[in-house]
Amino acid sequence: MTQNSEQQELLTVNSGEAFQPFNWSVGKYGSKFLAEIRDNQRFIGIKCSKCGRVYVPPRKICGRCYVEMDEFVPVSTEGEIGVCAIIQFGFIDPSTGHQEPVPYGYAFIKLDGADTYLPYYIDSTDPEKVKVGARVKAVFEEKRSGTMLDIKHFVLID
Amino acid sequence: MGKRVAIVGFGQTYQRSSRKDVNGPELINEAVRTALEDAGLTIKDIDAIVIGNMDHFEGVNYVDSWSVEGSGGVMKPIFKLTTGGTTGSTVAMAGYYHVASGIFDRVLAIGWEKNSESDTTGAIVTAFNPVWERPRFGGAIAGLAVEASKYMHNYNVTERDGARVAVRERLHALNNPYSHLHQEWMKSMEIEQIVDLLVSSEENQMLAYPLRMSDMCPRTDGAAAVIFASEDIAEKIAPRPAWVVSTHNRHNYSLLGDIDWDNNDTLEGASKAVFKDAGIKEPLKEIDVCELYLPYSYAGLKWMESIGFCGPGEGPKLVWDGVTDMDGELPVNPSGGVMSSNPIGATALLRVGEGALQVMGKAKDRQVKGGDVNYAFTTGFGGCNWADVMLLGKKKPS
Repeated sequence: MTQNSEQQELLTVNSGEAFQPFNWSVGKYGSKFLAEIRDNQRFIGIKCSKCGRVYVPPRKICGRCYVEMDEFVPVSTEGEIGVCAIIQFGFIDPSTGHQEPVPYGYAFIKLDGADTYLPYYIDSTDPEKVKVGARVKAVFEEKRSGTMLDIKHFVLID
Repeated sequence: MGKRVAIVGFGQTYQRSSRKDVNGPELINEAVRTALEDAGLTIKDIDAIVIGNMDHFEGVNYVDSWSVEGSGGVMKPIFKLTTGGTTGSTVAMAGYYHVASGIFDRVLAIGWEKNSESDTTGAIVTAFNPVWERPRFGGAIAGLAVEASKYMHNYNVTERDGARVAVRERLHALNNPYSHLHQEWMKSMEIEQIVDLLVSSEENQMLAYPLRMSDMCPRTDGAAAVIFASEDIAEKIAPRPAWVVSTHNRHNYSLLGDIDWDNNDTLEGASKAVFKDAGIKEPLKEIDVCELYLPYSYAGLKWMESIGFCGPGEGPKLVWDGVTDMDGELPVNPSGGVMSSNPIGATALLRVGEGALQVMGKAKDRQVKGGDVNYAFTTGFGGCNWADVMLLGKKKPS
């Protein structure tokens, strides 16, 4: 290989403004959960008849017991932060193609009555208070269309 | 009972932030050629190939098909695997199973990634549930930051504790010419000084508390290849092969909200199974070296506890005491680990290959224990807390 060819420019090609829309099935149980948020601003979970664990969002199979679940139970719109972070780096959300505005608070919330965590945005106006164990409450959007984005965010209470 | 299996060859590319000088098949070929040369084999000797990466990262699917010239796989049986961060350890496990079954004698396991060709965070987000976890899930950094928040809360762990792990990884990387990050400036300073600098520097950007730039792995272009051989021929190919003593993996839940954030139970489960197979009762004493998939600094504390190297909350002391440094009782990541090089589909295979080098006594400047390694413990980690574990050993398993 000659010195000249070593120095030749290395080209890349770009995918351009390509986009590909997807449609994801939410399923019967998930649809019920989202409809409950849309219509009543409430959360529901599902309880395993064997281990008693309450899953939010609801799904058909308890992974631990491998049994089909069908007992829907109401859970609170309030809960506790299990783990959390305040995200300060920008990235493109591949579901929308838009840049996520930063900083934003993000936590896994154990709603009262649930045994699993719901991951969602936390109002981080007061970042010092976004802590493991802090109490939070859901705030819903005025116009709701049956997606998780019907929840505006969770705000700190107490 | 299947065949016993050993690693007889390992090859890797130089891991760099961007390898614009090669396309995918050419990058793969660099690692394959190096592995064949290491084992003294030709591509004709290879019976089957297992290859993996995260195909949607590069936006090009079917790597098993389009890379055949580079992998050497023309008209050979090829399996493709894509399991996220564990892709490299999964191709290793599959390579092992192919040979252990008795169906193939020499199998090539390949992992690769060109992270420079994608938006890695955007790509990682697509690995998570579109209905329940997107869009607020900010990829690997956010997922790991939340884990750190709980660990810090539980045990009063500080940012300095995390930084101590990062410093170890980057200091070790200075011994590894293949590593992506070489932070030469660290050489002239004391560990405590570097730690203080990292946690106080404004240039060391906060990404998501408590994770700064220095707490995270980089995005890397690179490839790795490992050759597995059956017990019938392994010692003829390599005078001192690295035997696969045991390997296990564990998955738990599909949604991150179902995870037990206090423990990495998949890593714990897979590690326990491997130690049981090997008859290891005191992992800290009996394991000689680790190549652990630690994608961020706090994993080097908490996950040490999950594996069973120390009790809950004892990770920071173990690391500060120097136990996991090159000259410590249990050197961790002599290669510099994931925090110094992260070509995602290759990353976990690099752990296996580097572990094999340690057992074979071929790790050069990053060799530990003067080349006398009995057991090397390697892991792979995937985004929703799933884990692969492989224990390599000097002695042929009974």
